[in-house]
Amino acid sequence: MKSYLPIVFVVALLAIVPFVTTSNVVLNFLVTTLLIALAGQGWNLLGGYGGQYSFGHAAFFGTAAYATAILQVQYGINAWVGLVAGVLAGALVGAAIGALCFRSGLRGSYFSLVTLAFAEVLRIISSVAPITGAGVGTLIKLDMRPEAFQFQSRVPFYWIILALVALSLVVVRATENSRFGTYLVAIRENEDAASALGINTFAVKLAAMTISAAITSAAGCFYAQYFLFIDAAIAYGPRISIDALLAPIVGGAGTLFGSLFGALAIKTLGEATKLVTGDAPGLDLVVYGLLLIAVVGFLPRGMAGLMAAFVPRGFRNALPAERDHA
Amino acid sequence: MLSPVILVPAVINGLMAGAVYALVALGLTLIYGVLHIINFAHGALLTAAMFAAFFAFTLLSIDPYLAAIVLTPLFFGVGYAMQRFIIGPAAHGEDRSFLLVTLGLAVVIENTLLYFFRADTRTINLPYAFDVIEIGPAFVAVPRVIAFAAVIAVAIGLWTFMRWTDTGKAIRAVAKEKLGAELCGINVAHISAVTFGVGTACVAIAACLLIPSYYVNPTAGEAFVLIAFTIVVLGGMGSIAGALLGGLCVGVVESVSSIFLGQSLGQIGIFIMFIAVLLARPGGLFGARL
Repeated sequence: MKSYLPIVFVVALLAIVPFVTTSNVVLNFLVTTLLIALAGQGWNLLGGYGGQYSFGHAAFFGTAAYATAILQVQYGINAWVGLVAGVLAGALVGAAIGALCFRSGLRGSYFSLVTLAFAEVLRIISSVAPITGAGVGTLIKLDMRPEAFQFQSRVPFYWIILALVALSLVVVRATENSRFGTYLVAIRENEDAASALGINTFAVKLAAMTISAAITSAAGCFYAQYFLFIDAAIAYGPRISIDALLAPIVGGAGTLFGSLFGALAIKTLGEATKLVTGDAPGLDLVVYGLLLIAVVGFLPRGMAGLMAAFVPRGFRNALPAERDHA
Repeated sequence: MLSPVILVPAVINGLMAGAVYALVALGLTLIYGVLHIINFAHGALLTAAMFAAFFAFTLLSIDPYLAAIVLTPLFFGVGYAMQRFIIGPAAHGEDRSFLLVTLGLAVVIENTLLYFFRADTRTINLPYAFDVIEIGPAFVAVPRVIAFAAVIAVAIGLWTFMRWTDTGKAIRAVAKEKLGAELCGINVAHISAVTFGVGTACVAIAACLLIPSYYVNPTAGEAFVLIAFTIVVLGGMGSIAGALLGGLCVGVVESVSSIFLGQSLGQIGIFIMFIAVLLARPGGLFGARL
């Protein structure tokens, strides 16, 4: 149980925020940050721990968001049920793409490319299919009741996304502690060796991809309820795929808090850019891109690696599990 | 619907469109063959080159085909510098890092263009853009015919360069065996950067061929680069002939499938082909099994 204490500590720290301020600006900032942290945590499980770099996590995010929205709008199904259905739908897409990719032995850049292509196919289909509202997108009807997963204030949204992030942290920590997690890291470090030792690499990667997709899907469902609108570019566009991989890589891929810290860092940096330059389109992404290059170039282990350099040797055990960047 | 009156012009137009795809793919496959990296910044560089050609015409009224004479060496330099001073040092020779660094570059280039030029779509009007030539039963726009001829010439030139010149031989040596090449006195960092430069120069030529009949906005290159990935995979990573044939094939597939599916779904045909090829034959149709 001791290994879960850091999660309790970090989540408790974040839980204080609504008692200190109910400012919409602050809460909105934190909600969107946690949203990226959640989407990124999904990526982190597959990419950071498993070494499978997906460039198309939007496929899961978007499927879940659309599932939540469409079930409500077209079929009048409750939003909370939609949340569950969305996560399942996203996980199913993850399992399907994973099965196809891993069955044919795609690795490295090939895997990245195919995941990107899947997200693009879904984006094109959703921008013409009638059920998704085609080019117009899908608008969820305003219905401010907790039963409908809609709230007047941002505070309940904050609690929900914080709970989801906490859950994702627990899932990843449990993975780290399990045999499955060890297999996953073994595959990242050397897939052939892992396979030679008798690890069923296909099954392990498939399981990782499914869990990873489910976590990112939760972020997609939440997005749909928070903004009450979804269209093809938001759901399946490259923006969310980039955010989902940027956060854990900046924070430290393959570390428990990598995605959370990374999301905080990139969102803070993005907002700071907006403050300095006004709301110029694209400039925050320029900063993200430069940050990505700089982190890969100078901090291969992300912020977690940076912190480790400043922590006295005897205390390093307290830090999230470190890894050499493969 | 399958009457030759419709099908033959579709195939010919597809071949012409495919030639430009092939040129973009040629640059990509060259870079992949030597550096073993998938250059995600390729599309962004194409967009940048298209903007350069666009402004050369609107501000300096230089014909895009003439602009190619200046832009090709310019973009060679840009590509060279990018590989030598940014990608090479930042990636520490690791595959995944290469992916991320080029992705970062793509994001930077695209959004810098977005910041300066906004999301507006721009086109240029050339006096001869709508002239057509009759080829058999098909009418083909003049810019497309020029593009087709130019691409064939570039491909032959590139092949000759790789086959007969010392630099070309050095590039092939680095592609085959990096350490061995270094031991023979080849400067690998320099040759890698030259390869990246040549790949980027291909993109500059493609941009000049495209701009007379196409539009430019900050994401214009994206569409081409995904198609180029498909072609590179189809033709086998690193193969010049494969890229050329693959490009022509994809052009035809797109053109014919948009008869059946309509314009916006025509692209899906390409992606599905891409996914299918990667899943079934990751080494490409013409390349060796991985």
